[in-house]
Amino acid sequence: MLIGGLLAGVMYSLVALGFVLIYKASGVFNFAQGAMVFFAALTTVGFISMGAPFWLAVALALLAMVALAFFTERVVLRPLVNQPQITLFMATIGLAFFIEGIAQLTWGAQVHALDLGIADEPIEWLMRNTGMNISKFDLVASGIAAALVAVLAVFFNKTRTGRALRAVADDHQAALAVGISLQRIWVIVWIVAGFVALVTGLLWGARNGVQFALTFLALKALPVLILGGFESIAGAVVGGLIVGASEKLAEVYIGPHVGGGIESWFPYVLALAFLLVRPEGLFGERRIDRV
Amino acid sequence: MLYREAGQFKTTYAADQQLFPIRQDRIGIAILLAVVFVGVPLAAETPAIAGAIDFNYWFSGVLVPFLIFSLAALGLNILTGYAGQLSLGTAAFMAVGAFAAYNFELRVPGMPTLASFILAGVVAALIGIVFGLPSLRIKGFYLAVATLAAQFFVVWALTKFGWLSNYSSSGVITAQKLVVFGYAVDTPVKRYLLVLAIVSVMALAAKNMVRSSIGRAWMAVRDMDVAAEVVGIPMMKTKLLAFAISSFYCGVAGALYAFAYLGTVEPAGFELDLSFRILFMIIVGGVGSILGSFLGAAFIVLLPIFMDLSAASIERSFGFALPAGLVSNLTLILFGALIIFFLVVEPLGLARLWQIAKEKLRLWPFPH
Repeated sequence: MLIGGLLAGVMYSLVALGFVLIYKASGVFNFAQGAMVFFAALTTVGFISMGAPFWLAVALALLAMVALAFFTERVVLRPLVNQPQITLFMATIGLAFFIEGIAQLTWGAQVHALDLGIADEPIEWLMRNTGMNISKFDLVASGIAAALVAVLAVFFNKTRTGRALRAVADDHQAALAVGISLQRIWVIVWIVAGFVALVTGLLWGARNGVQFALTFLALKALPVLILGGFESIAGAVVGGLIVGASEKLAEVYIGPHVGGGIESWFPYVLALAFLLVRPEGLFGERRIDRV
Repeated sequence: MLYREAGQFKTTYAADQQLFPIRQDRIGIAILLAVVFVGVPLAAETPAIAGAIDFNYWFSGVLVPFLIFSLAALGLNILTGYAGQLSLGTAAFMAVGAFAAYNFELRVPGMPTLASFILAGVVAALIGIVFGLPSLRIKGFYLAVATLAAQFFVVWALTKFGWLSNYSSSGVITAQKLVVFGYAVDTPVKRYLLVLAIVSVMALAAKNMVRSSIGRAWMAVRDMDVAAEVVGIPMMKTKLLAFAISSFYCGVAGALYAFAYLGTVEPAGFELDLSFRILFMIIVGGVGSILGSFLGAAFIVLLPIFMDLSAASIERSFGFALPAGLVSNLTLILFGALIIFFLVVEPLGLARLWQIAKEKLRLWPFPH
C-alpha cells in the first residue's frame, strides 16, 4: 500500500516539477500547468489518431508546447512584468481556461486512450518473491521521473542557460544588469515546463486516459508544492512522495472512520498543518519581510 | 458639465461624510433604485410590455442570478479586493450558507426565512474564520491553497454527512418555500424583489464599511501587511474580520442561490468552477470596488447567455448546426482571454472605465 502510494506520489512530483521550474525562474505561480499537461497529452493523442507514428506525434506536441511558450511570454508575461505575484497568478488562471478551451476546440472533448506499449500489470517475479504489488508501468514511470530530475539538475547546474535561469530566479534586476535577457529566459523555462508537462501528460494519459480530469492534476500538485517548498526541485520530489503515500495511508486507516473519500482534501489539510509549523516548506527559502 | 461638482458646498460634517458626496451621484442612485424597485416590476405587470418581453425568463434566468452573483462577488471583493487575501473557496462558503439556511428552516419550527438567511450567513462566517486562521501565518499563494482546502473539505463534508442534507441521496436538497413576513414569495417578480432588497441593503452596508476604520485597516493590510502591523493595526482582528464578513456575504448569497434561484442544489454544484467564476467577476469588474462587483457579475452572467443567443442566431440564419461543445469551448477561451486582457490592459476592471467616463463627463461637452 505504501509502495503504491509512493509510486502515485512520483506522478504528483512530475506535475509539481513543472510548477517549481516556472516559479524558480520567473516568480510566477503557474496555475496553467495542469492545463498544459492536458493540452500536451491531447495534442499527442490527436496527432496519433490522425495517423502519425508515436514519435512524430510527440515531436509535434513538443513543437506545440514551444509555440505555447512563445505565445505565453509575449502575450501574458511581458505586459505583466513587475506586477504583483497575485496578478500574475490570476493571469495564469485565465491562461488555464484559454488553453483548456483551445485544446478541446481543436481535438474534441472525448476521452482518448493512449498506449505507450508498457503493460500496466503487476510484475510476477516481484509478486512471487516479495509479495509486493508493483506494476511495470509504475516502475517505468518512476524511472522516467528520476531521469527527468537528473537531467534537470544537470541542466540547472552545469549549463550556461541553466546558470542564467538560477541567476534570474535569485534576482531579476541583478540578472538583467549582467546582461541576461529575461525574455529569452522566460521562453526557455516555459519550454522546459512544457516538456515536463508533455512527459507528465503522456504518463498520466496512459494510466487514466487522456481526458479533461487531467487539468485537476494542477490542484493535487499544490499541497506537494507547499510541503516541498516552491523553489526546490528536490522538494517537489519529496513532497510528491509524501503526498502520494500519506493520502493512500489516510484513505486506508482514517477513511473508514469518517466515511471514505478523504483523498480529495487530505493532502490540503496535511499541507495546511505543515504550513503552521514551517511556512516556507521543507526545502523552501525562508522569507524575510521588510517594510 | 453634466457631472460637475462645482458649487456643491459642504457646510456640515454630516454633509461632508455622506456616502455619495456628489449630488449627481445621489440623484443617479435614487433614479436607479426607483427603476429597479418600482419601474421594472411595473413594466412586468403592464400587459403591453409584458407581451413583448418574456419577463419570467428575464427575472428568474438573468436578473436574479445576476444579483445573487453580485452579492457573492461583493463578499469575495471584501476579502480579496479590500483586505488582499486571495480566496479560491468562495463557492464553499456559498454552499455552507445554502445548507445552513436549509437546516435552520428544516429543524427549527416556525423559523422566519430572513432570520435563517442571517443565521446562514453567521454560520458561513464562523467557517470562514476557521479557514481564515492560517492567514495569520501565511500569505499569497499559500493562503490560496488554504482556501482551496476549505473548498474541497466543505463539499466533501456536505456529501458525506447525511445529517446536513437530511439524508437525501448525494446530498441534494430542495429549498423550502420562501415566506417573508407572512407573504409567500412564489412568483419570479416577488423573488426578484426579495433578492434585490437584500442585495441593496448589503451593498450599501459594504459601501459604508469599506470607508470606515475597518475598511481602511483592510486596505492597509492589503497594501503592506508588515507596515500595517507596525503602525498598530491589529492583524488578527483585521484579517479574521475580513474573512468573517466576506464569508457572511457569500453565505447569504449561497442561501439566496438555493432558495430564490435554483430551488434544488447539491454539494457538487458548489465546485471550484463556481469559485473561479466569482473570482473572474471581481477581476473583470474591478478588484477593490463595490460597483465593480456588480459590473463584473453582470458581465460574467450575461456573456454565456449572449454566446448562446448568437450561436442560435447564426444557426438560424445560415441554416447549419454548429458542432456540439463549440460554444462552450469558445466561452471558455473567451473567459481566459478576457481575464488576461483585463489584467494587462485595465487591472482595475470595468469600474475603472466608469471612473474615466465620469472624469470625461465633468467637462463634456466643452473642451475645457
